[in-house]
Amino acid sequence: MTTTWDLLALDFVRNALIAGVVLAVLAGLLGPLVVGRGMAFSVHGTAELAFAGGAGALLVFGTDAIGWGALVGAVLVALLFGALGRAQRERDSVIGVLLSFGLGLGVLFQALYTGRSANKFGLLVGQIVGVDTGDVLTLTVVGVVVLGVLAVVRRPLLFASLDPDMAAARGVPVRALSIVFAVLLGVTVALGVQIVGALLVLCLLITPGAAAAQVTASPTLATVLAVVFAEVAVIGGILLSLGAGLPISPFVASIAFAIYVVCRALGAVRTRRRVTRTALATG
Amino acid sequence: MSTPSIRLAGAEVRRGGSTLWTGLDLDVAPGEFVTVLGPNGSGKTTLLAVLLGLLPLAAGTCEVDGRPPSRGSATVGYVPQQTSVDPLTPLRGRDLVGLGLDGHRFGLRRGGRAERTRQVREALLQVDALDLADAPVGRLSGGEQQRLRVAQALVGDPDLLLADEPLHSLDLARQRTVVELLERRRREHGTAIVFVTHELNPVLPVTDRVLYLVDGRFRIGTPDEVMTSETLSELYRTDVDVVRVRDRIVVVGAEDRLVHTGGGP
Repeated sequence: MTTTWDLLALDFVRNALIAGVVLAVLAGLLGPLVVGRGMAFSVHGTAELAFAGGAGALLVFGTDAIGWGALVGAVLVALLFGALGRAQRERDSVIGVLLSFGLGLGVLFQALYTGRSANKFGLLVGQIVGVDTGDVLTLTVVGVVVLGVLAVVRRPLLFASLDPDMAAARGVPVRALSIVFAVLLGVTVALGVQIVGALLVLCLLITPGAAAAQVTASPTLATVLAVVFAEVAVIGGILLSLGAGLPISPFVASIAFAIYVVCRALGAVRTRRRVTRTALATG
Repeated sequence: MSTPSIRLAGAEVRRGGSTLWTGLDLDVAPGEFVTVLGPNGSGKTTLLAVLLGLLPLAAGTCEVDGRPPSRGSATVGYVPQQTSVDPLTPLRGRDLVGLGLDGHRFGLRRGGRAERTRQVREALLQVDALDLADAPVGRLSGGEQQRLRVAQALVGDPDLLLADEPLHSLDLARQRTVVELLERRRREHGTAIVFVTHELNPVLPVTDRVLYLVDGRFRIGTPDEVMTSETLSELYRTDVDVVRVRDRIVVVGAEDRLVHTGGGP
């Protein structure tokens, strides 16, 4: 572990950790809402389009534009998904169509790009060690803005996400909120794509939220747990990848997956207990 | 006389280019219990949408508590038709009821946490659902979810309660509990109740007036006035027999789904 410890003294490692911490907070906060709204597939689609946007920007404008390209791609497509309404089959097929198209575009852009191959690969599997101080600043500012918006819309957003018909009847602007949520999601996905890569952004936006939903039905506790799970996965992933000298994605993904498996087992036990109790009470 | 809770005058509603009903005049007094009956597609739920401010009238006027209906009015409680909730939705009984209280409000919650908890607990207690406070809503039975819905509608202390098939999938004992609760609510708080149902009998003892809608035609009056063979035959434009059996009303001769036998859904 001496190596990891030494590496922690380096600027780029500290930047990577700060970026990871901020990203995990955002992903953890949004995760339970993604799960509650049944939007896991949308997140995947948004990530592929962020990849396409980033790859396009890299090809046309160079490395400095990757972040903006990813942001534009992710927000545009998230808005589109947000406007799709709640019919699950229609939504899934539109997402599938756009996702595959975006992936195709991204691959084309990368094939045409003639610069360093690390720049290309980073968008797919993450290049957190490439995060510089300016990136960290941008990420933190964006993170604070997202947090502020979330603080204002949290309750109506929760209402609209978990109990949409009733929320509409109570005058909650369900459609407007789904657009707000789409933008928040798009921004977070775009940031995530640059850090853990398009392929693994699901790890942070879905797995912690899904794991939390297995062990608690309290929306507040689910959110707290999702943030904790996301942090453990990201920080753990970064530290392990430094020690092993491998990309961080497999580590983040494995930790998140392990957390999910444990939560699922706990959830199964919890459900069985409740069933037994109900049976005893009524039998 | 005080402001009527609901005042509809010459109200007309259109959906998808066709008129559902027109020329509807209805004043509902505070504390009054109006039961809305009629076959599927006759515009019962649509009437609730108008009163919730979700659907504008094509003609006529509508007032709720003396004002045009507004979305999200704090004085109107609503029990929606039963919808399914996914088992993994992170939502407990107490959360569902709490959303009815302040789920529509933007911004941070400012204090009053203890008071909020008390109100939610009170509402759960009213529908005998304290044991459901910590249960995941998506794992509850239809009847349990329905009781939570009633608590969710009452927690905001409404002056007007709109209920869409609230007895659906409740057993007879629970039906009686809910009806007694609504009866007490309107007596003690003067809450006007508009109750949409397929099934008049469970609410017959508490119903002041019936609004019976059939294919754009309608009748308004006390159950004794509306629930007669003559009136229903006119509404359905076919021979319909209305029979009183003890304290129940049985409708025979309309299509099967319209028969009020008190048993089925």
